[in-house]
Amino acid sequence: MSAVTLGLPSFPPRSPEGAGFLRGAEKFPAAAHHELANAQLRRNIGKATHTIRAKRIHVTEELPDWEELRDAGSAIKTDVMARLPELLEQFEAAVIARGGTVHWAADANEANAIVTELVKTTGSDEVIKVKSMATQEIGLNEHLETQGITAYETDLAELIVQLGHDKPSHILVPAIHRNRSEIREIFLREMPDVDPELGDNPAELAAAARKFLRHKFMTTPVAISGANFGIADTGTLTVVESEGNGRMCLTLPKTLITVMGIEKILPTYRDLEVFLQLLPRSSTGERMNPYTSMWTGVTPGDGPQEFHLVLLDNGRTAALADKIGREALNCIRCSACLNVCPVYERTGGHAYGSTYPGPIGAVLTPQLAGMHGKDDPNSTLPFASTLCGACFDACPVKIDIPSLLVELRHQKVEQSGVTAEALAMKAASYAMSSSTRWTAAQKAAGLGRIVAGKKGKISTLPPPLNGWTAARDIPAPPKQTFRSWWDSDEGRAALDQARRGAHPDSDGKAEK
Amino acid sequence: MRVALFATCIGDTMFPDAAKATALLLTRLGHDVVFPSGQTCCGQMHVNTGYQPEALPLVTNYADTFGDISIDAVVAPSGSCVGSVRHQHEIVAERYGTASLCGQVKTVKAKTYELSEFLVDVLGVTDVGAYFPHRVTYHPTCHSLRMLRVGDKPLQLLRNVRDIDLVELPEADSCCGFGGTFAIKNAETSTAMLADKIRHVADTGAEFCSAGDSSCLMHIGGGLSRLQMGTKTIHLAEILASVESRVHA
Ligand code: SF4
Repeated sequence: MSAVTLGLPSFPPRSPEGAGFLRGAEKFPAAAHHELANAQLRRNIGKATHTIRAKRIHVTEELPDWEELRDAGSAIKTDVMARLPELLEQFEAAVIARGGTVHWAADANEANAIVTELVKTTGSDEVIKVKSMATQEIGLNEHLETQGITAYETDLAELIVQLGHDKPSHILVPAIHRNRSEIREIFLREMPDVDPELGDNPAELAAAARKFLRHKFMTTPVAISGANFGIADTGTLTVVESEGNGRMCLTLPKTLITVMGIEKILPTYRDLEVFLQLLPRSSTGERMNPYTSMWTGVTPGDGPQEFHLVLLDNGRTAALADKIGREALNCIRCSACLNVCPVYERTGGHAYGSTYPGPIGAVLTPQLAGMHGKDDPNSTLPFASTLCGACFDACPVKIDIPSLLVELRHQKVEQSGVTAEALAMKAASYAMSSSTRWTAAQKAAGLGRIVAGKKGKISTLPPPLNGWTAARDIPAPPKQTFRSWWDSDEGRAALDQARRGAHPDSDGKAEK
Repeated sequence: MRVALFATCIGDTMFPDAAKATALLLTRLGHDVVFPSGQTCCGQMHVNTGYQPEALPLVTNYADTFGDISIDAVVAPSGSCVGSVRHQHEIVAERYGTASLCGQVKTVKAKTYELSEFLVDVLGVTDVGAYFPHRVTYHPTCHSLRMLRVGDKPLQLLRNVRDIDLVELPEADSCCGFGGTFAIKNAETSTAMLADKIRHVADTGAEFCSAGDSSCLMHIGGGLSRLQMGTKTIHLAEILASVESRVHA
């Protein structure tokens, strides 16, 4: 765009490259290749997702108004996105009125710098953390580390991932790719004073983690959290969790810093009624999550005495500016779409290369961080789906993920210019837009019979089609297309016979 | 009823038996089946791969071919192509087409049906008088299931087929891994999904795996063939069109 367009607002920035975890090192097919080879990982993920899936179906079916709740959730979120700036200002004012301090971060770098500064001011070089997607997205732990501050994850699964020097692979169950004996080994290796006789049953593993964490809760003066919801009219923040570690972090330390994506707003307190039903049932298949913590500013003599809220953009206004893409911001990160996704089930979360894996990750990641050109791994994410629609059916706020993926594919193609694929697609479009040309093309397809030879099937094709024939045959094209049968004497005779009530082939089909 | 058959591009070229069966079945049921020769492809592959402007001529061609008011209904033996007509044609027309095309697309999509929908919802038939003495399992393809919501209509039809031994497919609802160009762009993941589908098909001991979409059957069939499993694939329409021959009667 030239300088003459002065005055036109530029497109809001995406998350900057190289900051945080919204871009993997490899394209999806290549990353999936490594994960697919890991049979243990596939077993672990398959088992876990099938269990949660069944539980979710059970607890959603028992609610007579589940569909209405989904509609309500979707409507509230759509309303929020339509008037986000106004709600954010209302929220900011409410937080300040209750004694909190509000910081605005345009991107991951800014958010990391703000949090680091706040921690440094407290004089502590250790922080405890409540499981949070936003801080993972911006790579906060890694940034703090470079600044000499150690962050301890207190969610059990996050702790396993952190101690394992690993990356989370699921929104809700970050260590879904690990099994018990792997976890035992990580604890033995990484936890100080752990009992060498530690067994691998869940109770023993939890006890070891509890002992390790209790000490941190009692001694660390600063906590960092994310937020599931921020209530615009009261300035209240909410975290829902299962273990109670979050509540410890939210109440024991002197200073609390919350990093919240700007899309997490709900207009009123009452809206929680909808989301506190939708979220736990969709995510863990539970009727109610065990711990729901809410806090509003600071309360003298009770809980943290200093509260900072960092409102994070990092590509969200860019997603919001996209008429279609903004639907992705309705996501409440329940992970139901991951648990039903057949692609996620096979590849696991790491293949997506982003903090947000699975179907919603494939939509949200390119929205937040962009897909710059054909070599960007993010540009392969919209294609990491068969568009089977299981995610759409599972989503508690009815995000039409398949349509969003199709839309992103369209955007990606528009950005890519002339490629071999584009030429092939154009050629196909030309051939198929007139039946005369199409009939000629069908004749050429008939040449496939030569490739197939006597066996009547094709078992090797040249690139890029060799991916198909690596594991699948293709039948030879039949001698006669449907349209030539329709125009043939044979076709006419068959239809005549059918008109008289009989089928010429009878049951002969099966014997063929 | 004057019913236009939409054979679909892949059906016309690669799997004519499904289109033949559809034509013969609807004719046997007393309908006047026509095959408008101007038809080609619904454009689904283009839209799903990100080539919406390239899909426009195909959407236009579809609307022109089937817009004929003498046609009461358009029936295709493909859940995914009907899904595309119903959910994607308008998007493409609104973005790249003229206002008149948008209107035409709306009218034509309202009379386009997938075969089992047409039989059960429009004609009100669940017993088409078919005879198929074989062990069959049914894979409800994703687009029929979730884009079109055909529900158990195909099963209602299959249950009424004489002498059929219909066996339930474990984890029937899970995708076979085809997904159009997904099977090529993400060939390994697609294959991993297919492997599970094939294992479930094998577990049923069925002679035939049936479905309402030739493309999914091509995928499943391609895997079965490579593994030389013996189980054959067959389109739902072919089972429904089979009748006991006079010789047998
Ligand atoms: S897209 Fe829907 S199902 Fe997926 S995580 Fe978000 S809210 Fe949950």
